[in-house]
Amino acid sequence: MPVPILKQGDYLIASIQSALSDSEVLELRDDLADRIGRYRSQGIIIDVAALDVIDSFVARSLRNIARTASLRGAVTVIVGIQPDVAVAMVQFRLNLEPLHTALDLEEALALLDRHTRGQGRAR
Amino acid sequence: MTDDITVPIAADADIVVARGEGRTLASRLGFSRTDATLIATAISEIGRNILHHAGAGEVEIGRDADERRVAIVVVARDQGPGISDVQRALEEGYATGSGLGLGLPGSRRLMDEFDIDTKPGHGTTVTMRKWRDRDALEVVREARGRDD
Repeated sequence: MPVPILKQGDYLIASIQSALSDSEVLELRDDLADRIGRYRSQGIIIDVAALDVIDSFVARSLRNIARTASLRGAVTVIVGIQPDVAVAMVQFRLNLEPLHTALDLEEALALLDRHTRGQGRAR
Repeated sequence: MTDDITVPIAADADIVVARGEGRTLASRLGFSRTDATLIATAISEIGRNILHHAGAGEVEIGRDADERRVAIVVVARDQGPGISDVQRALEEGYATGSGLGLGLPGSRRLMDEFDIDTKPGHGTTVTMRKWRDRDALEVVREARGRDD
């Protein structure tokens, strides 16, 4: 099942609904890269609350999404990392740098507004 | 062992099934939600290793126990090319092809026991265990069950 991507003003919001296979993660990467250009988006929010695990492949893919988006002029924020997933990532020694993270959607939107210096708006 | 589940790994969707089964059994064996996630993450990594290095294989998930403890046991088997230098494969940042290099050392940190049996040309078997202490009530209940 493809990850739904909503356009909210100058931002894109990808809301992962369930556990994803590796190929579904790559599809999400390509869909986002495509839409950033189409909608001239300045920010991307990826909600990972429904992900069962963030392993090395998912972490690397999220970093690659952020780098791709950055080359296309957009900032990426990851929201909703669950507490148990965060513990596993620390123990595994995975990091999401240079990704921005936020606790929830509201915080992510505020972070994007700051990064785009008020030029981008979720309207 | 009645709890044993074997998941064939031949496509990336199978990895999702294997880690889901691991999480379910971990919860049933009394592991915390956090431990279940650690176990599911380790299964995801070794499942991907099978797919990338051997193309196919299987993940078997079961239970082990001693007097005071319960374990979840994960065995990942493939008939692939094997690993020629196990020491290096367990080092941080060592990667072959996939550009990962985190999978095996990361999984080892998530579990309590981690063992690799491999020979070039003869496939690879990774066995991992995570243990949980049984509380006093559990031990008493089991002893009572045996008396009945």
